[in-house]
Amino acid sequence: MNLHEYQAKQLLAQYGVEVPGGQPCTTANEARSIAEKLFTEGHEMVVLKIQIHSGGRGKGIFKDGFKGGVHLCKSAEDVYEKTTSMIGNTIVTKQTGETGRQVNTLLVASAEKILSEFYLAVLLDRETSQPLIMASCEGGVDIEEVAETNPNAIIKLQVDPLLGLQPYQARNLAKALGLSGKMIQSAAKLISGIYKTWWECDASMVEINPLCIVENPDGTTKMAAVDAKISIDGNALYRHKNIAEMRDLNEEAELEVEASKYDLNYIKLDGNVACLVNGAGLAMATMDAIKHFGGDPANFLDVGGGATKEQVTAAFQIILKDPNVKAILVNIFGGIMNCNTIAEGVVAAAAETQLSLPLVVRLEGNNVDAGRKTLSESGITLITADSLADAAKKVVSEATV
Amino acid sequence: MAILVNPDTKVLVQGITGSFGGRHTQLSLEYGSQIVAGVTPGKSGQVFEEKVPIFDNVTEAAKESGATASAIFVPPPFAADAILEAVDAGLELVVAITEGIPVRDMIEVKAALRGSPTRLIGPNCPGVVTPGTGKNSHGGCRIGIAPGYIHKPGDIGVVSRSGTLTYEAVWQLTCNGLGQSTCVGIGGDPVPGSTHLDIIKLFNEDPETRGIIMIGEIGGSAEEEAAAWIKENCNKPIAGFIAGTTAPPGRRMGHAGAIVSGGKGTAEAKITAMEDAGISIAETPSQMAEALIKIL
Repeated sequence: MNLHEYQAKQLLAQYGVEVPGGQPCTTANEARSIAEKLFTEGHEMVVLKIQIHSGGRGKGIFKDGFKGGVHLCKSAEDVYEKTTSMIGNTIVTKQTGETGRQVNTLLVASAEKILSEFYLAVLLDRETSQPLIMASCEGGVDIEEVAETNPNAIIKLQVDPLLGLQPYQARNLAKALGLSGKMIQSAAKLISGIYKTWWECDASMVEINPLCIVENPDGTTKMAAVDAKISIDGNALYRHKNIAEMRDLNEEAELEVEASKYDLNYIKLDGNVACLVNGAGLAMATMDAIKHFGGDPANFLDVGGGATKEQVTAAFQIILKDPNVKAILVNIFGGIMNCNTIAEGVVAAAAETQLSLPLVVRLEGNNVDAGRKTLSESGITLITADSLADAAKKVVSEATV
Repeated sequence: MAILVNPDTKVLVQGITGSFGGRHTQLSLEYGSQIVAGVTPGKSGQVFEEKVPIFDNVTEAAKESGATASAIFVPPPFAADAILEAVDAGLELVVAITEGIPVRDMIEVKAALRGSPTRLIGPNCPGVVTPGTGKNSHGGCRIGIAPGYIHKPGDIGVVSRSGTLTYEAVWQLTCNGLGQSTCVGIGGDPVPGSTHLDIIKLFNEDPETRGIIMIGEIGGSAEEEAAAWIKENCNKPIAGFIAGTTAPPGRRMGHAGAIVSGGKGTAEAKITAMEDAGISIAETPSQMAEALIKIL
């Protein structure tokens, strides 16, 4: 589950990580009040940042032409004006796709003078199954680009998960980033706090880009997480109720939100051939097969091993809410799943949704004979197939008609 | 004979009194597997289906029954603990079926398993099957949730991250008259107990395995790692299939480990690495057996 920048910063602050002062808000008046408070505290500038789950906010363009999702402001009035232009407006960035994202929340934060920028992230290293800290002096830029053009600029630190990040490791990392003197200890403390956030919150990834040395209004310097991105392991949300509540349904596709209510694993894509499959690997392979035979998958949908008739019906209804869908492929290899349960579900769903689109069904596995019998006696119009390849070819040709 | 399990392997089931664990224990018994004990804390003395004695803990269950392997059907919040308990009891093989274990728990489990002789398969996997010589391959050892009847005893090893794709491959092999030595589902999670390479090394050493099918998917670099080793060390013919060529980047495709992250873990990269190692790649999942047959 992804978090907004302001939520990520809230979590980091709880683990002692320095973040710029500021508050999220949803109205121009709120924005102005927060800004006024920051100016009173002595900050010369505040930064206004849209809160969406996509990158490229600074260079994004709103649909009405207003430019940029990140603005530096010198007055509370400026903050008020710019907020008015952005709240409720839809922005398109290089990561949102053409539909863009509606902006409902902004973060109003102090904008300290940035003296240097670093990159720091904590994630799982899948090769070693251990936590990995990735850091670089190339902060504020696209880390994937750095990895390609200048891989030596990226420092990688493996952490023993049973010991945690040791203070000496954090100090050595600070030195490797070119820090010296008092900065070593204060950076080490921050790095430890960032690792702790990752571990304690069951995060998949904590990315601080940029991690900065900033100048306080009084001329002293400190290290702070100027931007933060956190995603949380979905499997662990059950033990983090406070974080689970941070879920923003507006950031998820409507159909995907609906599917999650039925415990269906559904991801909407752009094509016109829908599929309903049991098992994630087979579901991915089904999408691949559709593409292989010249079609375009409309979705990924794994009904899982224990799907009930009700879930199959719900899955159909969700698939059919996608206006792009021209044909449906049901591909089931019953292991835990009983083919007859699926067959009954398909028949019930087709009836309930008054299905008029071409339907290709391929059943194999546990109780397949009963399943095939149910389908053939159902009276609903459908096309049967033997193998996945056969099914994919048939459904693609139906969709292209 | 085969790898990991054979028809004589004694298995205990952790989570036997749950509906999921119970149902599959029943199916494994029907298949002819030696399910000799169950473990549910607090239910010692009870008997599952009048056949299988239940114990409070793995140590007692193993001692009384002689079980050397465990199947874990315990719910996600308690599954890592169940794995650690089985390892601590000295079992040779632990197969964790459970889907949904927090990644952090598995990071800890994997670290705790360093240097341990216990082999962990899974989690989030369909389990392990060594087919038997009876009707519908009964009489073999089935740990997990795979449909028994699709198997046939023989000499092809199957290793896969995906459950239902395993069944596809196995069924294609069986329909083509090619039986299986052992079928191993390593699961779809990002921190698995065993990788493709771990299992392929076993198949490579197994005199009863003549050819291998390896099934992978997007996310991580396990397939690339296996391919690099295969290139230098494996002489047995291998066919492969990688799911997820059409998966959009950054999205978790059902399996917790099936995600293209930061440009890494793409299907293309895996297929390239595997082809470079001489692995015969199936273009669609319907051609997995065919891809192997043509190089046998």
